[in-house]
Amino acid sequence: MRYGAEIVALGLAAFGALIAAAMAQDDPFRAHMWILFFLLAGSAGILLRRTSFEPAPPADPSAYMDGPIRYGVIATIFWGVVGMIAGLVIALQLAFPDLDVQPWFNFGRLRPVHTSGVVFAFGGNALIATSLYVVQRTSRARLFGGDLAWFVFWGYQLFIVMAASGYLLGITESREYAEPEWYVDIWLTIVWVAYLVVFLGTIVKRKEPHIYVANWFYLSFIVTIAMLHVVNNLSMPVSIFSSKSYSAFSGVQDALTQWWYGHNAVGFFLTAGFLGMMYYFVPKQANRPIYSYRLSIIHFWALIFLYIWAGPHHLHYTALPDWAQTLGMVFSIMLWMPSWGGMINGLMTLSGAWDKLRTDPIIRMMVMALAFYGMSTFEGPMMSIKTVNSLSHYTDWTIGHVHSGALGWVGMITFGAIYFLVPRLWNRERLYSLRLVNWHFWLATLGIVVYAAVMWVSGIMQGLMWREYDEQGFLVYSFAETVAAMHPYYVMRALGGLLYLSGVLIMAWNVAMTIRGHQRKEVPMGGEAPAFAPAE
Amino acid sequence: MDYTTMRQFADSWGLLAMLIFFLGAIYLAVRPGSNKAAAEASRIPLEDDDK
Repeated sequence: MRYGAEIVALGLAAFGALIAAAMAQDDPFRAHMWILFFLLAGSAGILLRRTSFEPAPPADPSAYMDGPIRYGVIATIFWGVVGMIAGLVIALQLAFPDLDVQPWFNFGRLRPVHTSGVVFAFGGNALIATSLYVVQRTSRARLFGGDLAWFVFWGYQLFIVMAASGYLLGITESREYAEPEWYVDIWLTIVWVAYLVVFLGTIVKRKEPHIYVANWFYLSFIVTIAMLHVVNNLSMPVSIFSSKSYSAFSGVQDALTQWWYGHNAVGFFLTAGFLGMMYYFVPKQANRPIYSYRLSIIHFWALIFLYIWAGPHHLHYTALPDWAQTLGMVFSIMLWMPSWGGMINGLMTLSGAWDKLRTDPIIRMMVMALAFYGMSTFEGPMMSIKTVNSLSHYTDWTIGHVHSGALGWVGMITFGAIYFLVPRLWNRERLYSLRLVNWHFWLATLGIVVYAAVMWVSGIMQGLMWREYDEQGFLVYSFAETVAAMHPYYVMRALGGLLYLSGVLIMAWNVAMTIRGHQRKEVPMGGEAPAFAPAE
Repeated sequence: MDYTTMRQFADSWGLLAMLIFFLGAIYLAVRPGSNKAAAEASRIPLEDDDK
């Protein structure tokens, strides 16, 4: 029977959720378990309607398994739109506080929906989908574990929905980028181990003797995120039917654990993982091997050896011991070298093929992604220097920095990979429209530039106003005055976000039309090829 | 094992082990003989038939 085991498992899990809702110790937990119950029962119902008793045809062991990747690409775009709309809403809430809708859609609850939505839902789905695509192609082997890849995909979506609905209900551990409570954390751990098994199993059964460098980056991302997630979320729930837990650490140890996690989520999720994407899709789209393979190996080892120590730079001038702050700063500055080595490696891959920039907006996106990788990995170490940090910390400058990395590097390289993947995954000759890719490129670039520039001005202004003393040693500005001064920048920031979001909506349209098999009639990029005319 | 012991191990033998591992990895990448292997590895994505 098709889906037999899945239906039974979903039914039992739904029953478990019902019991948990009945035994709940607090109201948010009860509401959360009702959501889980309806999700699981609904999924079981959908599978029941699609089941059949004919024996399933055996999978072709020589063909690549692309089903979960197709779903993953669609999920990436869907969550990208959701996460960025949440971002736009909270940007507008900062500019116009009347937009706070209490209690479910206030700023405090929507912000983690935005951050987790774009980092883990959009970025995470992009990483899972592309890693499973790349590992099959570069290992020349079908995914290991059969339907386990489907479990990883749906299990991850369940994690996202439970995390986001929990935030809106007010369930949070209050740990930056790790807000989900203990039971959602345990679920993610299970899904993540399954992901590791699929990925590593495929590498083990590879037919290609060498493990291509992109897989090294992906593997370091999977392994390190597992370690970070487990250690950062060590906590004791009040009851197994409660949505509240207490961290295993306290005080400055807890703060350091959180930023060891937080910074390495940036380093291994948003950097190493997406570098894996870069090392596959840039050579593919440019149709040239990476500029220097040996440099990519050095990039890998230097990056993972240095990044893991950089976290303490988030705790400058706090109770953290001074030597630890200095250690974080020094390792952050050393990170300049591998980061720029990697950026140069990616950009130089195009040497001799720079003309493609004129006709291929996908390459244009990848180059812009690398440029922003370079810029934000320059800015980050600079901001980790204690004297700079004393001005920049707690201001909007940090927000601007994060977004130049997230929108510029992570977003752009993901869009490039999606535009590369969609025609291949759905067997289409080409994308619906390259002109629309170009529109997306310019809207996104303009959006990032507006966003980052506005946040620099706003952040530096904010930092300078906070430390402005008069000749008698009194602070010149009250806190509320600095908030009022930032209003115009908040409005402009929301505009930058709107530009970026509209680019993503254009991508969603373009991808949907490509999947449905349409091709837009349009003048090719770079103009029509000149027609040959006979000499007169 | 208390904090001081772990700390002393980390900034002596632990540090040395990681440094040696790191330098070894870099040496393996840049040694003259690895040039051909690297060139072959860099072609892996391009030799795929993209099914």
